[in-house]
Amino acid sequence: MARPLVNVPAKVKRGQVFEIKTLIAHIMETGFRYTTTGQRIPRDIITFFSCTYNGEEIFSADFYPAVSANPFLTFYTTATETGTLEFKWIGDNGFSETANATVTVE
Amino acid sequence: MSRHRLREFACALAVVVAAASAGATDIPLDQRRSGTADLGRDTKAMQNDDTSNPATLWVLDGEALWNQKAGAAHRACSDCHGDAAASMKGVAARYPAFSAVQKTPIDLEQRINLCRGEQQKATPFAFESRELLALTAFVGRQSRGLPIAPPSDENLKAAVEQGRKLFTQRMGQIDMSCAQCHDDNWGKHLASSPVPQGHPTGYPIYRLEWQNLGSLQRRLRNCMIGMRAEPFAYGAPEAVALEAYLMWRARGMTVETPGVRP
Repeated sequence: MARPLVNVPAKVKRGQVFEIKTLIAHIMETGFRYTTTGQRIPRDIITFFSCTYNGEEIFSADFYPAVSANPFLTFYTTATETGTLEFKWIGDNGFSETANATVTVE
Repeated sequence: MSRHRLREFACALAVVVAAASAGATDIPLDQRRSGTADLGRDTKAMQNDDTSNPATLWVLDGEALWNQKAGAAHRACSDCHGDAAASMKGVAARYPAFSAVQKTPIDLEQRINLCRGEQQKATPFAFESRELLALTAFVGRQSRGLPIAPPSDENLKAAVEQGRKLFTQRMGQIDMSCAQCHDDNWGKHLASSPVPQGHPTGYPIYRLEWQNLGSLQRRLRNCMIGMRAEPFAYGAPEAVALEAYLMWRARGMTVETPGVRP
């Protein structure tokens, strides 16, 4: 039932710096833990996140096992044109999730 | 030390011991404070903004489950209860409540599972399963901002009284009661962590230490393990009684579900 949550202001003034917040449900299993019977729990993490603004990448991040479960990311960009922000998370075991948000620049 | 001085010292010691063990008086109503008051700035900001509160992920899952048909009856929660924003408003604020069917007090998780078994004819969810936490968080969210209002049901009184006894009873190898921390020493520190009053205002909570959502019963088990006591099983009458007492103790305080705690 993983689903991402993104928070982008609906309207911003041209040239204004605005905050983008993203949250996604993911267990982020480190691969360093063992079960009570000594079986290693395989690594299952998000490895890469990117955000594009009208097709141009404005933020990306590599994730490692130390990142907490349900990673929350917040970053900033400058409002240039009205358009779409596309978010993408990629991870182990073929994990892939996307989200979109539109921003209107006045 | 002279005999006289020795006797004086012994008397003083006896007074200190008596004061320490007497304690356990209820916190005056106007001095009660939610655990939110003890949160750091960042954690508080995380809790108070739905888009950064990780529990929102469960609330949204709960909303999906609310509208999803389940069980042999092929019925969704919404088929009977309609819009949760109206029908579930205030419900979480008055649980645990006495169930006339079960003839025992039940908490919100048990209430949801009861509905699931009887109305939906579906298999009940396991305690602490993602689904049960999601539905509890979704139902709980509808009461945010309302005062905790335990029912004045005569049938519930025994459970509240039992809960009070459990709260003030020493337990485990460390031999401490809940009250010794949460009634007598709140506001002080246990190692580096502030000791809260222990009011269940935000359950189920997203606990950063757990990296997960968890119920009040999970939190209580956590404390009991800390006391080196054998924790109550999930859904045990003792656990529900303790929940009922804690809700009574927090009566009138504001529901903050879903809370974020360190």
